[in-house]
Amino acid sequence: MYTGPLRALIDELGRLPGIGPKSAQRIAFHVLKIPGEDAGRLAAAILAVKERTTLCSRCFNVAEAGELCDVCSDERRDPTVLCVVEDPRDIVAVERTQQFRGRYHVLQGALNPLEGVGPDQLRVRELLERVGAEGAKEVILCTNPNLEGEATAMYLARMLGPLEVTVTRIASGLPVGGDLEYADELTLGRALEGRRQVTA
Amino acid sequence: MTLSHDRGVVLRTYRLGEADRIVVIATEARGKVRAVAKGVRRTASKFGARLEPLSHVNLLLWQGRSDLEIVNQVEVLDHFRTVREDLDRMTRGLSLLEVTDQLSQEGHPDPALYRMLVGALRALADPARDPTMVAPAFFLKALVLEGAEPVLDACASCGEGADVVDLVAFDLAQGGALCRSCRRGRPVSPEALAVVRGVLGGALGPLLAAPPPPCAGEVASLATEAIEAHLDRRLRAARSTVGLS
Repeated sequence: MYTGPLRALIDELGRLPGIGPKSAQRIAFHVLKIPGEDAGRLAAAILAVKERTTLCSRCFNVAEAGELCDVCSDERRDPTVLCVVEDPRDIVAVERTQQFRGRYHVLQGALNPLEGVGPDQLRVRELLERVGAEGAKEVILCTNPNLEGEATAMYLARMLGPLEVTVTRIASGLPVGGDLEYADELTLGRALEGRRQVTA
Repeated sequence: MTLSHDRGVVLRTYRLGEADRIVVIATEARGKVRAVAKGVRRTASKFGARLEPLSHVNLLLWQGRSDLEIVNQVEVLDHFRTVREDLDRMTRGLSLLEVTDQLSQEGHPDPALYRMLVGALRALADPARDPTMVAPAFFLKALVLEGAEPVLDACASCGEGADVVDLVAFDLAQGGALCRSCRRGRPVSPEALAVVRGVLGGALGPLLAAPPPPCAGEVASLATEAIEAHLDRRLRAARSTVGLS
């Protein structure tokens, strides 16, 4: 129905995750309507993110090309505590808590035996090297609390076992604001196991 | 638009959209079912961990206008926690799920395969039992369910009985064990053949209750190769080195 550049834009937008044909059409018409300056900024941002963004050579978080990421280049961060996450987006989630002042290591995925994703496809070797080289005292396994994340955490705990480092796993429990009656058995069981003494 | 009750084991999940997952379930009454679990990836999801692979669940599914059903309610029958919390047991459990996923079909109930999967997961979850022989026994039993039971008491090629010739090799494509003059496939020891006969001949219970036999590794690779030959694909979970390194 549409031809030329508009058709091409709808096709390209339709290939993005979560964007269906109707949404692609709506966004394309929005782009058509906005001033050329705004469209230029959008195009420039897309090009810049591809040209100037790479992975941090230390922790594999996203970083500007040729540089360490913001966390690794911050001298105030505690280098003795490493938080291992699956994805750079997990760093944003942990940072929002404002509870962690150590550094991160991004695995770039999780073990998935059913999909054939093994340790060689992740940044496991680099993690083991970092723990030795940077003198980390604690490694926090902050992978997702699903089957793949648990498999990854158990595997890393096994690999880190011989090194002189404390290995911890983030706690599992109930979301704040939730109702006990809706909690699943596995989560509630773990919450009970991880209970803490309440001091007056 | 209908609601249906069923029980099943979650085989695998795929991410869908922002916070949903497609859940693949081996059900008792309807074979393999694919359904959408809405919002399951959110921490406050009402499904929580109930729809993770390995979970044995009671389900209420809603069939709307779409081809995919929607998970309405889930109740856990068993989440096999021992399997989830031990890397070796988990890798073995996942290989059971992978084989079941390959063998079961949508719209074709296979209650025997479903019961065997649940039984194997229970055996794997029993902390008193060694998990080594569970997956190989499951693979061999699955071959029988599929009508591909290997010949073990005679040469599968020339038909000479085991009391006349030594059976020294195994090749599922040839039908099972083979004598010296017909040998193809992989070599097999008399001890491993005896264990395979025991698994398929009603001695599975005592075998799983006892410590693994010395030839357990040989039986495991024989069973894995046999089910792979039957499925015509390599098993990712069974070949995974995650739990064994």
